[in-house]
Amino acid sequence: MTSVTYHDVQFLEPAKTRNYLNVDYGALSWLLTKDHKRIGILYMFSISIMFILGGFFAMMMRLELLTPEGDLLTSDTYNKFFTLHGIIMIFFFLIPSIPAVLGNFILPIQLGAKDLAFPKINLLSWYLYMIGAFFGLLVIILGGVDTGWTFYTPFSTQYSNMHVLGTTFGAFIVGFSSILTGLNFIVTIHRMRAPGLTWFRLPLFVWAMYATSLVQLLATPVLAITLVMLMIERVVHVGIFDPALGGDPLLYQHMFWFYSHPAVYIMILPAMGVASEVVAAFTRKKIFGYKFVAFSSLAIAFLGFLVWAHHMFVAGISVYSAMIFSFLSYFVAVPSAIKVFNWTATLYKGSVSWQTPMLYILGFIGLFTMGGVTGLFLAALGLDVHVTDTYFVVAHFHYIMVGGAVMAYFAGIHYWWPKITGRMYPEWWARLSALLVFAGFNLTFFPQFILGYVGMPRRYHAYAPEFQVLNVMSTAGASILALGYALPLVYLLWSLRFGKKAGVNPWGAVGLEWTTNSPPPKDNFHETPVVTWEAYDYPAMLKAMGETQNV
Amino acid sequence: MMLTDFPLFPEQASTMAKQVDALYIMLTVVTGAVSVLIFTMIFVLAIIYRRRPDNELAEEEEAPKALEIAWIVIPFIFFMATFVWGSWLYFELARVPDNALDIYATGKQWMWKFQHPSGQREINMLHVPVNRPIRVTMASEDVIHSLFFPYFRTKADVLPNRYRTLWFQATKTGRFHIFCAEYCGTLHSGMIGWVEVMEPTDYQKWLAGGTEGSLASQGEKLFEKYACATCHTNDATGRGPVLVGLFGKTVTLSDNRTVVADENYIRESILNPQEKIVKGFGPIMPTFQGQVNEEDLLKLLAYIKSLTPPPPSAPLSPQAGRGAGGEGPKG
Repeated sequence: MTSVTYHDVQFLEPAKTRNYLNVDYGALSWLLTKDHKRIGILYMFSISIMFILGGFFAMMMRLELLTPEGDLLTSDTYNKFFTLHGIIMIFFFLIPSIPAVLGNFILPIQLGAKDLAFPKINLLSWYLYMIGAFFGLLVIILGGVDTGWTFYTPFSTQYSNMHVLGTTFGAFIVGFSSILTGLNFIVTIHRMRAPGLTWFRLPLFVWAMYATSLVQLLATPVLAITLVMLMIERVVHVGIFDPALGGDPLLYQHMFWFYSHPAVYIMILPAMGVASEVVAAFTRKKIFGYKFVAFSSLAIAFLGFLVWAHHMFVAGISVYSAMIFSFLSYFVAVPSAIKVFNWTATLYKGSVSWQTPMLYILGFIGLFTMGGVTGLFLAALGLDVHVTDTYFVVAHFHYIMVGGAVMAYFAGIHYWWPKITGRMYPEWWARLSALLVFAGFNLTFFPQFILGYVGMPRRYHAYAPEFQVLNVMSTAGASILALGYALPLVYLLWSLRFGKKAGVNPWGAVGLEWTTNSPPPKDNFHETPVVTWEAYDYPAMLKAMGETQNV
Repeated sequence: MMLTDFPLFPEQASTMAKQVDALYIMLTVVTGAVSVLIFTMIFVLAIIYRRRPDNELAEEEEAPKALEIAWIVIPFIFFMATFVWGSWLYFELARVPDNALDIYATGKQWMWKFQHPSGQREINMLHVPVNRPIRVTMASEDVIHSLFFPYFRTKADVLPNRYRTLWFQATKTGRFHIFCAEYCGTLHSGMIGWVEVMEPTDYQKWLAGGTEGSLASQGEKLFEKYACATCHTNDATGRGPVLVGLFGKTVTLSDNRTVVADENYIRESILNPQEKIVKGFGPIMPTFQGQVNEEDLLKLLAYIKSLTPPPPSAPLSPQAGRGAGGEGPKG
């Protein structure tokens, strides 16, 4: 095996260098910042609060489900809690998580750019997010909403007496934040790559963010339209979705899932991007089948638009249209499988490190695989009739969203934390958290697959006694999971003050973000980098990076 | 808690249950094996190629194209096989056997109401005979519900203002869960019941219990109450179309479209008669929207279905079969 003494290279890091954190001070310097890095931090702060809030509602649900009787919460409270859990986690945590935090911070640096293409629009996105979140939180204070995050009609327009309007308005606003972020990323990736950074030299995280941004830009407006129609029907009683007014409730489901299925890919594509970065960095190796992995992101983004009605196989669509949507759903499984196989194969003859980000990502690959293969069950029409709307579905999408997207978000946070803050977190505690999250997650959600197949419907406040054992396992797992998520909150904050100084490149990874100071200067680089290497080409890149720094 | 409290499989209590379980088991075995293989690969590779010493670089290895092609093509073939199997099951679940016994169901926040052709009504309880296909025709009075029989491996969403059907054939007697599977508000988790599967003789005994007359005869009374017969006479002289023998026939409308007179057509023609006018008739029928509730609609439907033309030599019987039966797959 070859080895390069890259860590002997002394990077020049003048002690008094100004970075983006100490370039200016005060609340206004944050609230009016146009620096993509600071906006990334603002998002990180906001979505962390949302994650804690959504997690609280989840924990209360799991406690309620410890016993078959509905004894801890009333039915209405339980229904509000699962609704708020879904709305907060999807619209206010998962969708912005990796793009708005890590994408905002890392993407321009990976491109060798000084900022995103539209810094002011980037700030506007965060304000839109905050306004949307304000309405979301206001609704909680006013008494909650109980429609489920799906807002199905006619329940949401005629039968729910609660704050459907405020919630949908919040989701409507936050959608524009997502659209603008997508637009900003697309333009930045097209226009602001460093000299020599051709498309096929881009890190796979950039490819994944590009595919995500396309979906954000094209799908989110449909959600906005749908929610406006919903609000119009609720306020002025124009019959669009409500059959009593001459509308069609299935039209709502079509429109809702036309956005919300692609939204699944808004959440998982960035996670795949992080996985590719981390696997490359912690094997010190080119990702196996770079082009296959890059194009599979675009294939997922495209095919993701063609499968929405697989949420509606028992809803009342014709058997022939169900067949077409089932067929197309199997197509979208192919590019996901390509990625899993390529990540696994990258380990072969790699230099595999077991550091925290890699532990999270190895967990991610396993959990995403299980989420993916259980999707094959749900796409099989005759089997879906039995398992849809049961805990099988709940388990499936949590394996994708939590086992996939959240694990990858935590991996990304740990991987880029030294770059963002300039500090190292305590490795031992971080590895412990990765293990707790993995174990707790499986104990929480694996029993739910069985629970679903034996017939427990989702969104049940009370359930038949024979379902109890599996529910107790699930609740026990959720407690471990909560501990696993609480740990990073503590040690990451601790590291801000007490963590070791990270240096320019603590992982010995390659990529433009590892050539600049930690934390980076306000303009990211002291001079515009010139890229002469292929993505993840370790020998060439370390050599070039060393030379650059020695000049 | 004992091991019996830990179910891995729901009971197989219908003809379809074994078939659905077969696909489930196949998928579990194959995807389970592939997942375990991937986990093992990850674990073994991550140990064999673990980093030592700290500054070690990887060997560069170009990916063989054949491998990439293999792991695209082989899963895809498996996916397509699963697709075909799943679709075949779905068609089986949609195709109602011809000799099915009709049951009518109404979903309402938060209860299930069932009506039998012989006139019995029950709430959150459904009595059916074993080994006989049962077709449930259903609609909702309010929001969307979903009628779910986990031990029969079937469910269907129940929509307001539209009839949908599902069918099952129970293979063992006993009590089995009925759940509402589509979130419908406060007591969604209380919208549950039992289906009691009985021996045919016990079912006959149960049917003999108190009733207000068959569903069709109750419908006939409503037909008189709403004075439908004023226009819908039994010969071609009335101001409305003849209803005898209508169900399942193709009807030509005033704009020359043709529709099949199925449950949804009859429902719409009662509630919103102006929508589809039969060719040769005027738009004179008043709407009954808001006047006839879901259960009465089902009674009227049962009555209209029962109106079959008398065979040349036999006397008219209100209980005669309902003519053209096969309505084909319905999603």
